[in-house]
Amino acid sequence: MTKVEAVIQTSKLDTVKDALHEIGVEGMTVLEARGHGRQKGHTEFYRGREYTVDLIPKIKIEMVLADDMVEKAVQAIVNSARTGKIGDGKIFLSKIDDAIRIRNDERGDSAL
Amino acid sequence: MRRQLFQRIAVLLLLLPFAPMILEAAPSHYLRTTAAMVAPEISVERLGAVEHAAAAAQSSGDNAWMLTSTALVLLMTGPGLALFYGGLVRKKNVLGTVMQSFGMMAVITVIWAVVGYSLAFGQGSAFLGGLHNLFLRGVGVQPDPAYAATIPAQTYMMFQLMFAIITPALITGAFAERMKFSAMLVFLTLWSLLVYDPMAHMVWGKGGLLNASLGGRFPTLDFAGGTVVHITSGVSALICALYLGKRLGYPKENMPPHSVVLSFVGACLLWVGWFGFNAGSALASNGLATSAFVATHFGAAAAVVGWSAAEWLTHGKPSALGAISGCVAGLVAITPASGFVSPMSALAIGLIAGVFCFWMVTTVKSKFGYDDSLDAFGVHGAGGTIGALLTGIFASSAVNPIFKDASGKTLASGVLEGNVHQIWNQAIGVAIAWTLAIVGTLVILKIVDAVIGLRVSEEQETQGLDLSQHGEEGYYWETSA
Repeated sequence: MTKVEAVIQTSKLDTVKDALHEIGVEGMTVLEARGHGRQKGHTEFYRGREYTVDLIPKIKIEMVLADDMVEKAVQAIVNSARTGKIGDGKIFLSKIDDAIRIRNDERGDSAL
Repeated sequence: MRRQLFQRIAVLLLLLPFAPMILEAAPSHYLRTTAAMVAPEISVERLGAVEHAAAAAQSSGDNAWMLTSTALVLLMTGPGLALFYGGLVRKKNVLGTVMQSFGMMAVITVIWAVVGYSLAFGQGSAFLGGLHNLFLRGVGVQPDPAYAATIPAQTYMMFQLMFAIITPALITGAFAERMKFSAMLVFLTLWSLLVYDPMAHMVWGKGGLLNASLGGRFPTLDFAGGTVVHITSGVSALICALYLGKRLGYPKENMPPHSVVLSFVGACLLWVGWFGFNAGSALASNGLATSAFVATHFGAAAAVVGWSAAEWLTHGKPSALGAISGCVAGLVAITPASGFVSPMSALAIGLIAGVFCFWMVTTVKSKFGYDDSLDAFGVHGAGGTIGALLTGIFASSAVNPIFKDASGKTLASGVLEGNVHQIWNQAIGVAIAWTLAIVGTLVILKIVDAVIGLRVSEEQETQGLDLSQHGEEGYYWETSA
């Protein structure tokens, strides 16, 4: 089992979600997040006062997948979330020890 | 039988629409004799009755407009100013901010009924009214001819009350996000009695020092309250900002407005309400009211253009906050001038005020480093001052023949007409307003600070006024709700 964490542009949520559904991903958790990488925010002006907004609104998608799904999911996200400009986001992969379905104690891949 | 009856009725009904024509065709001398028989004689009593009816009709028209104007001016404070200021603060202080304006609507009303109106508009000295109208004694439905001959004295009293409400409410922009609610109530109540009422009496009261229409020593042209409302509140705001000090974290921390949308709604309500403020200051539904109405609108629009253009040129983008700030600056500046200036002069005043206030708010404030949080001084103090001076320049006797010589001949009003001396009268009015505001505000701040303390604690300021002063939150969004 692998956890896929993708930080993407807020405007890309719908296309990424659709792409993941298409390849058969059944569940995901979506978080509204704020952060920055190399993009480093933008400036705003209020009555001549300049404010630097360095934490930009982002969307973070989390899902845990069976290992044979991971590469397909990564490709789906990359293809649907890419604009080619700075700020498109990142994907992190990590190993997961186990999963438990609360409703009926199922464990492992069948709990996903 | 029956059928005949129906036929006759039907014929009658068909003829009915032609009745006037048939009557007209009748020999005209019949009608004339009848008319002559019922025509009453022209008599003194009858003329008196006609005069009375005409006066009642004018009074009815004037009172309708003045009651409408009164409601419009209340609308400027709540929700207008409350939303304008409420949107500019951080979201933890939104209720604390709207409650400052709303608190004035309640507290100043009570004070006004008991003593305020008498101090401002009662018979008194050149500086302050007396106590003749304490508890509104003698203020009934009969007009007070010294102020407004065609509307009930109570209408005038209510109209003036709305001005007394919004003026201290304007100051709250300077100490936003850091003053105790209790201290704010005490401070502004005292301020209303010791600064506003004397200033209103001097400019508008019977025998007031600066009253242009009731024979003041230094006739200052102030149609709707540039000195009384905007300079006093704006300058007092600056004193408050300096006395209270900066907000925690200012200017290092980002403190952007939490909702420019709320401010936008508030500014538009201010614009609309200002028609009551300025056009209502004609105290009648007449040509002067229309003239003030036109000047008000033109001044506001030109100031939006002025501020936005200045911002666009210097910062690259015309912001929504800039546009609505310009609108308020223009309305402030045109306030003393409306009712004295032509539409073209109003455009000029608005344009100048828009650019000037933009410069005050963006450049001067940061240079001096004071934390006038919502720019009460930069907009009202600066806009009010420039507006009062420009009134002396642009005032036109064709719009409002305010100055007359002993024989009743109209004299020149403003500098452009040749009355160069008027700029000095305006400057005296401005100087008195500044002085009274500075001294009065400092004294009251010292007293209130010593007795109950002005500022919230650091902990309360960090928590926000909503929770620390009122025990509630403006936006309570639970994710599961």
